[in-house]
Amino acid sequence: MQRYVIQRVIASIPVLFILAVVIFAVLRISGGDPAAIIAGKDAPQWQIEAIRKDLGLDKPIISQLGIYLKDVLSGDLGQSINSKIPVIKLIKQRVVPTLSLAIMTELLTLPISIPLGVLAAWKANTWIDRTIMVFSSLGFSIPIFFLGFLLIKAFALEINLFPAAGYTAPTEDFGAFVHKLILPSFATAVIFWAFLVRMTRATMIEVLREDYIRTARAKGLAEASVLIRHALKNAALPIVTVIGWGIAELFAGLVVTEQVFAIPGMGRLIVDSIVRRDYPVIQGAMLVIAVLQVVVNLLTDLSYAVFDPRIKY
Amino acid sequence: MQQDTQTPQTYAPDRPSVMEKAASIWQTTKYKYRWTWRRHPMLIVGMAVLIFMGLMAILAPILFTMDPTAVDPPNRLAEPGSVITDEGVSHRAWFGTDFVGRDVYSRVVYGARISLAVGFAVGALTAISAAVLGLLAGYFGVVDLILMRIMDAIMSIPNILLAIALVSIVGGSVPIVIFAIWFVVFPRAVRVVRSSVLSLREEVYVEAARAIGAKTPRILIKHVFPGTVAPLIVTATLIVAGAILTEAILSFLGAGIDPETPAWGSMMADGRRTISQAIWVVGIPGGFLTLTVLAINTIGDNLRDMLDPKLSRSEG
Repeated sequence: MQRYVIQRVIASIPVLFILAVVIFAVLRISGGDPAAIIAGKDAPQWQIEAIRKDLGLDKPIISQLGIYLKDVLSGDLGQSINSKIPVIKLIKQRVVPTLSLAIMTELLTLPISIPLGVLAAWKANTWIDRTIMVFSSLGFSIPIFFLGFLLIKAFALEINLFPAAGYTAPTEDFGAFVHKLILPSFATAVIFWAFLVRMTRATMIEVLREDYIRTARAKGLAEASVLIRHALKNAALPIVTVIGWGIAELFAGLVVTEQVFAIPGMGRLIVDSIVRRDYPVIQGAMLVIAVLQVVVNLLTDLSYAVFDPRIKY
Repeated sequence: MQQDTQTPQTYAPDRPSVMEKAASIWQTTKYKYRWTWRRHPMLIVGMAVLIFMGLMAILAPILFTMDPTAVDPPNRLAEPGSVITDEGVSHRAWFGTDFVGRDVYSRVVYGARISLAVGFAVGALTAISAAVLGLLAGYFGVVDLILMRIMDAIMSIPNILLAIALVSIVGGSVPIVIFAIWFVVFPRAVRVVRSSVLSLREEVYVEAARAIGAKTPRILIKHVFPGTVAPLIVTATLIVAGAILTEAILSFLGAGIDPETPAWGSMMADGRRTISQAIWVVGIPGGFLTLTVLAINTIGDNLRDMLDPKLSRSEG
């Protein structure tokens, strides 16, 4: 196990390296001159040159990349061009809303989608199954922001059950914190929910065809016990993979949700920085999200051992 | 046989006339359609919806539309179905007007052009690039090692963020949006092709081709590639749906195509300001968008069941 963990961590180093290079290349080569943006519209050429020299942008692109990678390795993500605040600090301020939204979404997703997926598989090809699958297809196809608008219209503007937008820190007022997060996390949960229901149903249908399920039923076990202890446990592996994979989708979805519900999270930080061409912040925030993704992938792989005792690392 | 070659005229069957040929093609099509209708009715429903949207996009100028960008402030936020009189000429705004008085119906009809063009262009680009790269990566170990690490890296950056960054830096035009969405989604399709190639290249018939001395390009194109077509079509279909959604999200976030051009995503972004008085400005483009994506997803799901039963078991 220990050896496998070390191996996997080492194997993810090249991925992280390429990741940093890709992000750097996309932002730097694709155009836009940060120096000109900082200097402002009517700045004279010499001033732009000075800023460029100050930022090290006059050096060849390869040595710029080298400096960037060295800085990243030493934990320095640079500072914002606009506010001069270190990028690390900006990210720290924004990470709590995004993570709370992500956790809340998971809390709304898992307890609903897994039982529904099991139910759909158990009642496969009946009207129950079909109804669940129709809703799942719909959830898959509806844009998050459209759903967000509909939820705001229905639950905030018409019946005033939840606030339409905004965010309160959990340390300030925990009740308001949860209250304000319910609509946004529900909007994000729907697509994730649709995805997980399909996956659970598909793997469960496959497992339910196995001989040991027939044996379990033949020896007179209660159906609930067959479904949960024999079937779901064996279907857990692909489901866990999807949950891990879905976290990546979740981050992407949160960019939109944060925009619709005006939540000051990582997604908004990135969208705002892109509008202002604040390169260091975009680079830093994207890198952090991508690293989180790599870590999630690693944890997903490791959790296989927990769900399937046959897998030993 | 011998007699045949000697007196072909006597034994050759009558050439079918054009009418007969057409009738036989019609029979086959009808049979295939009935078969599909019985086995996969939703495939036909999805196709019908998609064809409807496609016709709407192509025929936009003659579908009783007005200039989709013409503003008319005195008649802003008119309810769907209300009659608008402008300089003596009156017309009915079937889907109402938005916050500057633009006709929602015309904008929705023209907006279909952007969504479908982006969706299908991304789908086609992805299919081509995934076929080429997937074949190379699956067949040659060295390419695999390098290419797949790059694909992993691209895949671990959240799609939408990378696309927004690309579009907002380079500037929003239709080709840029297509390129940006293609760039963030194609690695997934490469993976699909690669994994089928990995198993196909171990097949006996591929080994046989190699044994009789077929050249590698021939093996790849004639023997391996056909096996990857079914999963590739299914993946590409689902990518078309994803691309339409992503384009709408980009337009919605203001990082998409020029906001003057009518697109479903930007219409909804505009409508956000007036959502409490005029739900139709958001609801109508949203409904069209959802219906289109739903239709394409349904087609993809049914194609998967039809073309590749193995895939449907593992992915639902």
